[in-house]
Amino acid sequence: MSKAVSALGGVSFEGFVTVREMGPLGMISLRAKPDVKGLTAALKVAAGLPEQRRIVMDGDKATAWMSPDEYLLIVPYDGVGKAMEALAKKLEGQHHLAANVSDARAVFRIEGEKADQVIAKLCPADLAQMAPNEVRRTRAAQVAVAFWKDETGYTLVCFRSVAAYVMGLLEHSAQPGSELG
Amino acid sequence: MSTRLAKGGRLIDRTTKLEFSFNGKRLTGHPGDTLASALLANDQMLVGRSFKYHRPRGIVAAGPEEPNALVNLGTGARHEPNQRVTTTELFDGLEATSQNHWPSLEFDVGAINNKLSRFLPAGFYYKTFLFPRAFWKHVFEPIIRKSAGLGKAPKDRDADRYEQAYAFCDLLIAGGGLAGLQAALIAGQAGLRVIVMEQAAHWGGRAPVDGVLVDGVPAGDWVEATLSALAKMENVTLRARCMVAGVYDHGYVLADERVADHTPGDGRPKHRLWRIRAGRILAATGAIERPLAFAGNDVPGVMLAASARDFVVNFGISPGDRTVVVTNNDDAYLTAIALKQAGLDVAAIVDARDNPTGPGVDKARALGLRVASGKAVAKVKGGKRVVGVALCAQAGEGTATEELPCEAVAMSGGWSPVVHLWSHCGGKLLWDESLSCFRPDAARPPLNHDGSAMVLALGAANGHFLAGDVLADASQVAAEAVKLAGKAPGHGAKVATNPLEGATMAPVWVMPQGAPVKLRSKMWLDYQNDVKVSDVQLAAREGYVSVEHTKRYTTLGMATDQGKLSNINGLAILADSLNIAIPEVGTTTFRPPYAPVTLGALAGESRGTIFQPVRQTPMHGWHEGQGAYLEPVGLWRRPFCYPRSGENHEQAVHREILNTRDNVGLLDASTLGKILVKGPDAGRFLDMLYTNVMSSLPVGKCRYGLMCNEQGFLSDDGVVVRLAEDTWLCHTTSGGADRIHGWMEDWLQCEWWDWQVYTANVTEEYAQIAVAGPKARMLLERLGGMDVSAESFPFMTMKEGTLAGLPVRAYRISFSGELSYELAVPAGHGLALWEALVREGAALGVMPYGTEAMHIMRAEKGFIMIGDESDGTVIPQDLNLDWAISKKKADYLGKRGQERNHLVNPDRWKLVGLETLDGSVIPDGAYAAAEGVNANGQRNVEGRVTSTYYSPTLKRGIAMGLVKGGMARLGESVTFPKVGGGQVVARIVDPVFYDKEGAKQNV
Repeated sequence: MSKAVSALGGVSFEGFVTVREMGPLGMISLRAKPDVKGLTAALKVAAGLPEQRRIVMDGDKATAWMSPDEYLLIVPYDGVGKAMEALAKKLEGQHHLAANVSDARAVFRIEGEKADQVIAKLCPADLAQMAPNEVRRTRAAQVAVAFWKDETGYTLVCFRSVAAYVMGLLEHSAQPGSELG
Repeated sequence: MSTRLAKGGRLIDRTTKLEFSFNGKRLTGHPGDTLASALLANDQMLVGRSFKYHRPRGIVAAGPEEPNALVNLGTGARHEPNQRVTTTELFDGLEATSQNHWPSLEFDVGAINNKLSRFLPAGFYYKTFLFPRAFWKHVFEPIIRKSAGLGKAPKDRDADRYEQAYAFCDLLIAGGGLAGLQAALIAGQAGLRVIVMEQAAHWGGRAPVDGVLVDGVPAGDWVEATLSALAKMENVTLRARCMVAGVYDHGYVLADERVADHTPGDGRPKHRLWRIRAGRILAATGAIERPLAFAGNDVPGVMLAASARDFVVNFGISPGDRTVVVTNNDDAYLTAIALKQAGLDVAAIVDARDNPTGPGVDKARALGLRVASGKAVAKVKGGKRVVGVALCAQAGEGTATEELPCEAVAMSGGWSPVVHLWSHCGGKLLWDESLSCFRPDAARPPLNHDGSAMVLALGAANGHFLAGDVLADASQVAAEAVKLAGKAPGHGAKVATNPLEGATMAPVWVMPQGAPVKLRSKMWLDYQNDVKVSDVQLAAREGYVSVEHTKRYTTLGMATDQGKLSNINGLAILADSLNIAIPEVGTTTFRPPYAPVTLGALAGESRGTIFQPVRQTPMHGWHEGQGAYLEPVGLWRRPFCYPRSGENHEQAVHREILNTRDNVGLLDASTLGKILVKGPDAGRFLDMLYTNVMSSLPVGKCRYGLMCNEQGFLSDDGVVVRLAEDTWLCHTTSGGADRIHGWMEDWLQCEWWDWQVYTANVTEEYAQIAVAGPKARMLLERLGGMDVSAESFPFMTMKEGTLAGLPVRAYRISFSGELSYELAVPAGHGLALWEALVREGAALGVMPYGTEAMHIMRAEKGFIMIGDESDGTVIPQDLNLDWAISKKKADYLGKRGQERNHLVNPDRWKLVGLETLDGSVIPDGAYAAAEGVNANGQRNVEGRVTSTYYSPTLKRGIAMGLVKGGMARLGESVTFPKVGGGQVVARIVDPVFYDKEGAKQNV
């Protein structure tokens, strides 16, 4: 079987920060109420249960809180099938929906000392007020995105079909000389 | 003549020279100069021509309020019209040309209007061009458009880049003068997140120019120390060259940062638009000096007194060897003193007040300056530059008592607080009698979400014009803002002193008081739009009482400067003419932006390839590589057809259809909406959403369904697949995916919140490819991995497995009428599957087909298309889709709506097939004509075409349409008149033109 390809084939750009497309990344959208029996155990398939508006990370896995009844599970791309099976088993009989959305998304890394400036040019989000491990669902210019921050930079997720647009935005915003200060 | 003084100029660097050109003339200036100061240094007093009368105009002001000195800046792709020379920083190689003249600035044909000004009064256009009516469009408007307008619109694509950025703060301080910086200290020390924005390149505002002392040190030194203190505070951001353009509800603020206006081509963004959410806004925006209305107050060389002072002190400019200062207040004495101290002559200080006293007068007299009190300027002498003034008594009618030769006139009619940011969101003003100005009424501020003041004004913007008062007011207002944010205010400077403490002014609106019409018609109020005192008075005589109406009638304050200099003077004249008090006249509305913002900044990054998001399927690059002609479908770009060399689009479409009907075709159907619906109540939910029954669909089977809105009108359609006992996959139209997902969530979250159903929009997870044609099965067999035989994979079923080694979910559904499979594969494998199909299909004659071929093939089969056959007024019954509407169900969305009497009317237009008698194609959108005319004298109609194509399969024009009587009129003819004459006659036929029995798809 041929290997699945990410939307832009891992393109990168060196500006005043480094922008690169990651992936493909395994992603599962899980819809379930927080009080569903077995949810905590089920989310161990990824990185456990996150607090409201937070992401928990554990190595190459993570779980992000997306809405009061939606979680995003991040696992290695090749591990999605197994993770889906495990979820189905642990939540059997409980009302939930798990969908593989690994291929529906494009993922970017923005790294560098001034990575926050690139985000600030595109997203109406108050970065200074973000808590550690906070996930922000917002927009970048004209499209929906979600992003979070770790020690080395930002991870930004958008829909696959607009990957080229978002890469264009990031390149434009990371042009050398356009630093905000 | 104006020239550069031998010394002085606190902002310029005399050691370096910069070259620039004006109207092709090569000139030099220094770093730190504005284009205005550099022009004056080169005696370029004549800078442009006025809008209406083409009068010679020079530089009046030194800041953003400048009405006259607008130039074309730059050339080609960096050409910008209407740039104010007073806010344009000089750079090496700057090229400027003057505007609104022909053939040259010095000799302008349009100046004939000046001689005819008697015949071009206020409202001239309205009065003159009314009749005959047709003349407006064909004669008057073209001529007016040619002669009007200031700068030339750029012709080339802008070479520069722009961007936007978001910022958040507790306190946004607009203005980096004495008040703004003092407030920043107080709020910064309190720990608030503070952003301070200053429109100029330099901080400190007027204080350093005016000789203000702050805590005993010169203001300039205090500004430097304050800036370095603020720079050390992490919670304070300072931005120079950044104009706060507008204040909007909920503390939303737009600001325009001129990042690289002064360093063009250095790769940085030219402008950056800041989009700020501020807890509160402090308007420390200062004040603007008003001109005085005397005859000839627009002759080059007449400028505002404080601006003249700016040019002397900041840039070492002499406005002329001899200057006459004309004033109604003490502040202008500072200009006289500054000129004198710079070694220049002050011919006289013409003070309209009878017996002015105070520190200014004393100091001027001590310097030996002549103070002509109770006097006025009767007339300024000179055309393209000032050569002298005639003086008269202010109380009289303008009889000249003496003439003073001079090269410059510095005028001051008092000051107006810059209340724009206060007023943008509805802050109210009150009239201050002692200062003769409108200032913010602190009791009626614009309000925040919590009812507190969203904007607080301070310093000169709040009507405090002397440094000591400015500082005290700034301290008090900043402390109030800090307390409102729940913090303890910090400390700023303690005391500021102005060289003219205790200064006063007296209102003077016309000079001299009893000026006859001859003088009044040469007194300019609005320089840019050429509105004179006499125009406003004429408007009042003609019955205009509202300031808003007068503004539009006379065009007062409607130019690019939005009346920064003219508004107060104009409404004072109007009040006087109407014999009412100024506050009764009121002001016009202050609207953003404060000063013009270039369109590039508003567009930001949205241009070129990122003008808007273009959605791309995983096979998008392949399509482009094949030279596909793309069409927009929502934000997607889909191949319309794949023209081969020598083919036009129509030929390509016909080839693609015939090949699909004869061999096999591939369609990129990835854009189709795909929504997962799962849960114990999912079947019940879908039965409500669709008009037919989805809960009874067996697992693994497909069913076509219709969705209606509550009114009963057809909203979307698609194939529903039951994936598992509790899981369905709903296909929607390409454009409907997000809308239908939202529609589902709306019902689940707001109405049926207790139903156990989850949805997920998985549209982009899958690439989807339709493989259609008699050889479709053979092609899939060549890919291998899945039994696709008729027996094991019947029509309207679903199968999961592998094809060409890729994980595929296949649906046996057909929109073309051919044997057809739709293959869904994870998007990351989409291109691989597509390429495998192309490769393996080569021997079978496979060809990709585009959306137009898809449209024609579905029309040949009589399949409806959402958006063609439906338009929001059509119910499924109109389209003979009764078979897809459940009679058994108690309810579905739209059921009640469809029972309304208008929708069950047997006369409704219903779907029919249309076959032209001559085989031609009915024009798209054509209406079928009926006998007679309606009440409006229009031809009656009895139907319309909804889809019309040339069918390459049937080799004739086919169409579908909605016709009164519908299929009951089978065999009858209807007539479609054509635009431009002639008509097409079509016979009503079955809308299924091709393979009615479905023999081709059920093999």
